[in-house]
Amino acid sequence: MTVTAGWYMTLAAVLFGIGALGILMRRNAVVMFMCIELMLNAVNLTFIAAGQELRDLTGQLAVFFVLVVAAAEVVVGLAIIVAVFRNRKTASVDELNELKG
Amino acid sequence: MTMSDFFTRNIWLIVLLPAIGAVLLHFFGRRIGEPLAGWIASVMIGLSFLVGLVAALPLFQGTAEAHVVRVFDWIPALGATAELLWDPLSALMVLVVAGVGTLIHIYGIGYMHGDERFTRFFVYLNLFATSMLTLVLANNFAVLFVGWELVGLCSYLLISFWYTRPSAAAAGKKAFIVNRIGDFGFLIGLMIIFSTFGTLSYTTVLSDPGKLLGAGTATAVGLLLLVGATGKSAQLPLYVWLPDAMEGPTPVSALIHAATMVTAGVFMIARTSAIYALSDTASIVVATIGALTAFYAATIAMAQTDIKRVLAYSTISQLGYMFLGVGSAAYVAGVFHLMTHAFFKALLFLGAGAVIHGMSDEQNMLKMGGLWSKMKTTGVTMAVATLAISGIPPFAGFWSKDEILSSTFGRGGWWVALWAIGLVTAGLTAFYMTRWFVLTFLGEPRWDDGVHPHEAPKVMTVPLMVLAALATVGGLINTPFKAGLEHFLEPSFTHLTSAPTGATVWLLAAVSVAVALVGIVAAWRLYTRSDGAEEAWTSSIPLLWRRMGHAYYMDDVYGTLLVAPGKLLAAWWAFVFDKNVIDGIVNGTGTAVRRIGAALRPLQSGFVRSYALTIAAGVVGLVIWFLATGGL
Repeated sequence: MTVTAGWYMTLAAVLFGIGALGILMRRNAVVMFMCIELMLNAVNLTFIAAGQELRDLTGQLAVFFVLVVAAAEVVVGLAIIVAVFRNRKTASVDELNELKG
Repeated sequence: MTMSDFFTRNIWLIVLLPAIGAVLLHFFGRRIGEPLAGWIASVMIGLSFLVGLVAALPLFQGTAEAHVVRVFDWIPALGATAELLWDPLSALMVLVVAGVGTLIHIYGIGYMHGDERFTRFFVYLNLFATSMLTLVLANNFAVLFVGWELVGLCSYLLISFWYTRPSAAAAGKKAFIVNRIGDFGFLIGLMIIFSTFGTLSYTTVLSDPGKLLGAGTATAVGLLLLVGATGKSAQLPLYVWLPDAMEGPTPVSALIHAATMVTAGVFMIARTSAIYALSDTASIVVATIGALTAFYAATIAMAQTDIKRVLAYSTISQLGYMFLGVGSAAYVAGVFHLMTHAFFKALLFLGAGAVIHGMSDEQNMLKMGGLWSKMKTTGVTMAVATLAISGIPPFAGFWSKDEILSSTFGRGGWWVALWAIGLVTAGLTAFYMTRWFVLTFLGEPRWDDGVHPHEAPKVMTVPLMVLAALATVGGLINTPFKAGLEHFLEPSFTHLTSAPTGATVWLLAAVSVAVALVGIVAAWRLYTRSDGAEEAWTSSIPLLWRRMGHAYYMDDVYGTLLVAPGKLLAAWWAFVFDKNVIDGIVNGTGTAVRRIGAALRPLQSGFVRSYALTIAAGVVGLVIWFLATGGL
């Protein structure tokens, strides 16, 4: 049994789904962040797999961009979460509803 | 290269010099201080005159032809190049404007002495000179229009110079608005010219306009340009601003409302003579308006008691003569009268200014009299000016006015009627000017207590003497014996009417001198005697006299017919249309946005996970859509 691109794609889809469900169901901002990372990495996996299958380095190139953006995003996001936690003693997104219309 | 060559090629210097003066005085005037600022302004305009004089020499000698000087490309799409034309007509206008202007600048140093905005006054005067010189030097209707609008602006600034007086502020606004009405017609005329020729350059438009301009269009253009000219040159029906413009300082009245700016209309019609040559109708309308204005304003001038108002209506009347001249295609005569009028009318205004100055700001002639012995220089120069404007040979006014009248007569038919109006007006002119002179300088003193008339300082009387000399001999450059100006200006015009020659011209001259003498003698007899002859005369026509004194109540008529409805209309737009419709649209937009916002607000729940769910649902929806339709 050879491991084809389809396997990687399936794995990526599963990881993406777990991430998405996590975003929808968990309340803790830190966990939600981890779910976002999971989704990003699932996408990275599809890029790599597709790049390997098509013999095209562009896939790997895209991954580097995603990594850079993800790193920047984590920095900002975690800083916000830490600041909110210091003020509110909670990281539950359900309690952070000041922007309710 | 001789100096003449250099200046002829760089005639933009003429415009630039007073502009430099204006900018300099605008920024540093306060530091430069009182008399010096006036002298700087005078030197700038004086240099401008000298450049013009040197550059004009080759034209006088006949060794140079008219030519165009390109300064820079301005609006290529409009065919508007900043280009100046140096030909006999513009050279003559430059010399008149800058020459008379210089004298008035110098006079202003004395007249404005002690005014707290002394330097500001000379900024405006220099700016005005720049504008007027741009106007006369233009080789392009666009450049002409720039000068045209700028002189309008300057006249607004200068009329309302003493803006703390409500009447001065109102007079400034009136002049500006009435001029704008004329400019409206002028602009439409320019648009027709542009759409016909595709350019606004004189070189194309005026060289042979008949090729592209049909007779009907030529009439339309001629009449529209005339609308602009009636505004600027204070002709019927747009003359109403000029009498009120006397609110400005007297040097302003002399410079702008007698010698230069008001002649812009006459100059423009003379400049566009090629277009008027195509349309007899337009020419006849020009001449008729001129003749009627001349007569109408002369009757009003007869009954005025304000020393400057007589001169204001007299200016309107004399401008009417110029229109009669250019309308009769006697362009040289019209421009000739423009020139002599600049001399004697500037002289009259400056003399009036000297009188007002000496009488401690009294302007009512009924409170003057007997000034002859107190103000000898002013009195003598005013006597010269009075004879010049009345048309007594050999003074300047005789030659120019007579040339206009004889040229008009020479065309026969309808024009003879216009000649007759002009002739009667000549008599009225002699009458009201003699009355003016007698009331001011002769008879018993009627001064208020505490008024001690004194002669003006040298800086004011010297310009008077120079202008008096010009008003005496200035007419001799163009006489039936030796038509020097005619010969000089001929290249600038097409289709000139030639004045009658031989016995006719002498007969006509004799008739007009006789009429002028009748006017002088009548006024002399009425106003020098103290036996009540004057009361008998005015009370024999009480109603008419009162109407003439109030300018036929024309301001009231305009007020009722035009200004009041205009104000009503403005009020309707402001308080009905603007308040309901415009404000309604603005407020309605605001209300609508607020209502939509209120309706959509609940969607923003504040729960991050519900937003995530919406995004996820959207993604799922999109995926299903792509799968169902097979792609984007």
